[in-house]
Amino acid sequence: MSTVAVTQAEMEQPWVQPSKGRVAMFCLIIAESAIFTIFVVAYVYNIGKSLYGPTPQQVLEVPIFNSICLLSSSLTIWLAERAIERNQVKNFGLWWAVTFILGAIFLVGTGVEWHKLIYEDGLTISTNLFGTTFYSLVGLHASHVIIGLCMLMVVLLFTITGHVREEHAERIQVLALYWHFVDAVWIVVFTVVYILGR
Amino acid sequence: MADSTYPIPGAVEAPSRRWSQAAVLEWLNSWVTTVDHKKLGILYIVYAIFFLLVGGAEAIAIRIQLIQPNMHFLSPQVFNRIFTMHGTTMVFLFGMTYIFGFANYLIPLMIGARDMAFPRLNALSFWLTFFGGILLYYSFIGGGGLYGAGNAPDVMWWAYAPLTERAFSPGHAPDYWALSLIVTGFGTIGASINVISTAFCMRCKGMTLMRLPLLVWVMTVASGLALITITPLTAAQVMLLIDRYLGGHFFDTQAGGSAMIWAHFFWIFGHPEVYVLVLPAFAIANEVIPVFSRKAMFGYPAVVASSVAIAFVSLGVWAHHMFTIGMTSVGNAFFVLSTELVGIPTAIKIFNWLATMWGGKIRFATPMLFCTAFVIQFLLAGLTGIILSIAPWNWQLHNSYFVIAHFHYILVGAIAFCIFGGIYYWYPKVTGRMLSEKLGKWHFWLFVIGFHITFDVMHIPGILGMPRSIYTYEADRGWGTLNMIVSIGGIIQAIAVLIFAWNLISSYFKGKIAGNDPWDAWTLEWSTPSPPPVYNFATDPVVTSRRPLWDLKHPDDPDWHYE
Amino acid sequence: MLEKSVQYVLFRAKSWWLLFAFLICGAAFAEGPQATPSIFAPSSTPADEIYHLSLFVLTITGAIFVTVGGLLAFVVFRFRQRGEDDTTEPAQIYGSTQVELAWTVIPVLIVVVLFLTTARMIFAIQDAPKPKAALDVTVVGHQFWWEFNYPNLGIHAVNELHVPLSNQQSPTPTFLKLLSADVIHSFWVPQLAGKTDLLPNNVNELWVDPLHPGMYVGQCAQFCGVQHAKMLLRVYVDTPDQFAAWVKNQQQPAVADDSVAVGRHVFETQACMNCHTIKGTAATGRFGPDLTHLMSRDTLASGAMANTKENLREWIRHPDTFKEGALMPAMQLNDQQLDQITAYLATLR
Repeated sequence: MSTVAVTQAEMEQPWVQPSKGRVAMFCLIIAESAIFTIFVVAYVYNIGKSLYGPTPQQVLEVPIFNSICLLSSSLTIWLAERAIERNQVKNFGLWWAVTFILGAIFLVGTGVEWHKLIYEDGLTISTNLFGTTFYSLVGLHASHVIIGLCMLMVVLLFTITGHVREEHAERIQVLALYWHFVDAVWIVVFTVVYILGR
Repeated sequence: MADSTYPIPGAVEAPSRRWSQAAVLEWLNSWVTTVDHKKLGILYIVYAIFFLLVGGAEAIAIRIQLIQPNMHFLSPQVFNRIFTMHGTTMVFLFGMTYIFGFANYLIPLMIGARDMAFPRLNALSFWLTFFGGILLYYSFIGGGGLYGAGNAPDVMWWAYAPLTERAFSPGHAPDYWALSLIVTGFGTIGASINVISTAFCMRCKGMTLMRLPLLVWVMTVASGLALITITPLTAAQVMLLIDRYLGGHFFDTQAGGSAMIWAHFFWIFGHPEVYVLVLPAFAIANEVIPVFSRKAMFGYPAVVASSVAIAFVSLGVWAHHMFTIGMTSVGNAFFVLSTELVGIPTAIKIFNWLATMWGGKIRFATPMLFCTAFVIQFLLAGLTGIILSIAPWNWQLHNSYFVIAHFHYILVGAIAFCIFGGIYYWYPKVTGRMLSEKLGKWHFWLFVIGFHITFDVMHIPGILGMPRSIYTYEADRGWGTLNMIVSIGGIIQAIAVLIFAWNLISSYFKGKIAGNDPWDAWTLEWSTPSPPPVYNFATDPVVTSRRPLWDLKHPDDPDWHYE
Repeated sequence: MLEKSVQYVLFRAKSWWLLFAFLICGAAFAEGPQATPSIFAPSSTPADEIYHLSLFVLTITGAIFVTVGGLLAFVVFRFRQRGEDDTTEPAQIYGSTQVELAWTVIPVLIVVVLFLTTARMIFAIQDAPKPKAALDVTVVGHQFWWEFNYPNLGIHAVNELHVPLSNQQSPTPTFLKLLSADVIHSFWVPQLAGKTDLLPNNVNELWVDPLHPGMYVGQCAQFCGVQHAKMLLRVYVDTPDQFAAWVKNQQQPAVADDSVAVGRHVFETQACMNCHTIKGTAATGRFGPDLTHLMSRDTLASGAMANTKENLREWIRHPDTFKEGALMPAMQLNDQQLDQITAYLATLR
C-alpha cells in the first residue's frame, strides 16, 4: 500500500494557496487593460483622421515633468511597500505621502494642460476626432489616477491615525499593484498620444 | 437511487401558515441583505429564469408577427424594439446571469469552501446586474410611455453605429441600451473576479488544480474570458455615450469617424461572449454526463486544455461576423482559419463526452436527457458554424435566417438545454426536494420537439434569402409556410417552458424528499445535507482525488490510484 | 472494405444535401407563383461558385454529422442502463493519450482542407480582375431606398437596378461601388452574388455577371432603421437591346407635358422639390429619390407597393399607409392638389 503512504505524505504538507487579494487585483488589472486597449486602438485608428484642426502637432506639448512625477511615484510606492514589510511604519508613511504628492502633481499637470488646450487652443471633446479621442483616452487614465489617489489618501489617513501595522502589508501591496498598473498604462498612453500621435 | 434513510437536517422547514407583516419584511430583508453564496446563487438563477420568461414572451410576439407575410400584429417600430429587447435580454439578462447563478451556488460547495472569496463583492455584483436589468426594462415606460413602447432600444442588440448616433436615433433608446449594459457589465466584472479568486484561493485541503471538479475549471475559464470580453463592450458603450452626450465623433461618419470600428469593438466583445455563454453549459454537461453514465470523465486534462484553448482561440475570431463589411481578402482568409480552428477543441470536447458515455450504464433521468440532446444539437450547431465560417458562403448566409437558426442552435439547443439539465440535477440539492420526473419528461419531449420544429426549419428561409430583423416580408418570396412552421414550434417550446416553470414551483412544495445524494454522484456538494446549511461543511473536507465521494463509496478501489 | 465505407458515407452525405435541397425547393414552390431568391438557384458567376463551394462543404459537414451523430445514437442505444436494480458500476476508464491525439488530428486535417478551398474561393471572387467591358455602377444606400448612379452613362436610377446580360465568352460584368449616405446597409441579391455592406465614409466593391435575363429580387440585409424590412431591391437583367433602350430612355430629361402643367407647378411650389430631383425642372433635391423617370419603374417606395396611379396618390397623401416610419413626410395637400400632382408624376416615363 505504498500509494496510501504517498497520499498521506502529501496531506501532511502545508496547504498553500495564492492570496485572494492579489488574484483579484490581477483580474481587475486584466479587465482594465482590455478597456484601455480599446481606447488606445480607437486613438491610434483615428490618428490623422480629423477633418479640421487643431491637430496634435499644433497644440500638444510633451508633458515630461508630469511623466517623471508619475513614473517616479511607482518607485516611491515600492519603497513604501518595502518599509511596511519591515514594519517601519514611519518610513512607510513618508514614502506613501510622497507617492500621493507625486500623483497629485501629475493630476494638476493634466489639469493645467487641459486648461490650456480648452481656453487657448479651443480644443474640446467635440471639436474634432482628435479632441474626442484625446480627452477620452487621457481622461480615462486621469480618472484612474483619481481613483488611485482616493485610495492612497484613505491609507494615508489610516497611517496618520496610527492604524496601519505590519500585518496590513499584503493589502497595501495589493493596492500598490493598482498604482503600478496606472503608471504602466501611462507609458502606453504617453507613447501613443505624445510620440506616435504627434 | 435516492437514499432517503439519511437524516435531513433542516431540509424542508414546514412553511409557516401565518405570515405577519414583520415576518415578510424579515424574510425580504434576509434576501436583500444576504452575502451568502447560496442565496445569491438562487437569486441569480431566479433572475435568469424570470428574464428567460420575459425574453421568451418577446420571442413569441416576434413569431406571431412573422407567422404570415404582411401581418399587423406589431407596428414596425414596436417590432424593432421587441426584437432588440429579446436579443439583449437573452444574452445579458438571462445568459450572463445563469452562469453566475450556477457558479455562485456550486463552486464553494464543490471545492469545500465556506463561501466565495469576496462575499460582499458578490452581493454588490448581483445587485448591479439586477438594477441594470431594471433600467433596461424601465425603457418601456420611460419617454413615450407604454403606448409607443417608450424608449426601448430599437437598434438591434449589436447596435451598429452610426444608426445609434443622435442624428439617426434621437430620443433615448440607445442610451438605455448602453447605460443598462454598462451597469450589468460592472456586475459581471465583479462576479468574474470573485469566481476566479474563489477557484484559485479557497480550495479545501488536497484540492489541487488538477483535482478541481470540471465545472469549477470551466466556470473559471468562462469568467476569465468574461473579464476580457465584457470590458471592450463597456469601453465601446462609453464611447457611444461620449458621442451622444458630449458631442464626440468616434462613430460620427460626418466628421471622419468610422462605422466599421464600432463593428470591430462590438464583435471583439460579441464573439468571445458566445463562448462565455456556452462554456458554463459545457461545465454543467461535464458534471451531469459522467454521473449518469456512471463513469469518470474521459480525458480530464484534455477537457481542461480544450476549454482553455477555446477561450484563447475565441479571442481571435471576431471578424467572422464581418465578412461582408469589406475586409481585404487576406483579412477574410485569416478569420476563416481562426474560426475553423475553434472547431478543433470543440470537436475534442464532443469526443470526450462520447467516450465518457461509451461503455457506461447510462441512466436517462431528466438531467441526462437534456444533456444527451445537448451533445447532438451542439454537434449540429458546430457544423453550421463551420458552414458559416466559409467566408464566400457566409457572404450569402450572413444576416439571414440561417444565421439566426445557427446561433439559436447554440443558445437554445446547447445552452438552454444544459441549463435545464443542470437545474433538474441540482434542484434537489438547493431545495431538498426532487423535481417531478413526470413533468420533467413532458418538459423535455415537448421542448425538444418544439426546438427542432422551430430551429431546423429556420435554416431554410435563410437559404431562400430571408434576411434577419425584418418586421414583415413579401408574400411572393415563398417564406410564408416555413415561417408558420417555425412559429408553431416556438409556441410548443413556450408550452414546455411553462411546464418547467410549474414544475419548479409545485415541486418546491410537493416534490419527493431528495436526501443528501439522490443521483449517487461524486463531487463534494453531495456530501452536505440538502439544502446545505449556511456554513456548508461542518468540518473542512480533505480530498485526495477528483471524485471524493467515489473514494468514500468505493474504499476498495479509490480514484487516486489512477490519477 | 474501407473504400466501400467511404463511398457509403459520401453517398449518405450526398443524399443528405439532396434531401435538403428538395425540402427547400418544395417549401419555396408550395405557395404558388414565387420570386424566391434562393442561394441554391444561382444565376451569376460569384453566386454559382459559392453554390458549388457550399455543396462541397455540405458534403463534408454532412459526413461528419452522420458519423458522429451515428456514434452518439449507437452509444445511447447500446450503453443505456438495462434494469433499474442493476447498481453495479461499469469499468472506470480515465482517458487515453493515444485516443485523444487521434481525434485531435482528424479535425485538424478537415480544417486544413476546408481552409485551403475557402481561401482559394475568397481570392477568386474578391480579387477578380475587372474586364474592360465592365459596367460601373455606384450604389448609394439611403434610409430605406437605393440610389444607382451610372457614372459613364449619366444615369441616376432608383431602387431598380438594370444591368446588361453577361456571358462566359465575352463577359460584360457589372462592378458595383457601394456607399452609404447615412447608416450601414447591405446589398444582397442572393441569386447574383453574396452580400456586401454599404458603409458611410467607406467604399466597398461587388461584382455580378448575370447569365440569364430576368428580374432578381433582393433586399437590404443589415438593420438600418424602422423600415429596414421594406428596403427591397430589384435587379433587372436586360438583353443588350433592352439595356440600350433603357439607357436611352433614362438619359432623356423629364417629359414636359403641358396638359399637366398645373401639377408640375404644385410640385415646384411645394416642399417636394427640396428632396427630389426631376431633370429639366427647378427640382434638384438630393435627399429623396430622383423622379425624372418615375413611371419607368415597376414599384414605389423601394418595392413597398406596385407603381400604379392609385398607389402613387395614396403614397403622396400619407406615406405611412404603406411604409410607416419612411422619411418622406405627409405634405398635407388637399384633394385637388393631390390629383394634380399625381397626374403630373404619372407622365414621367
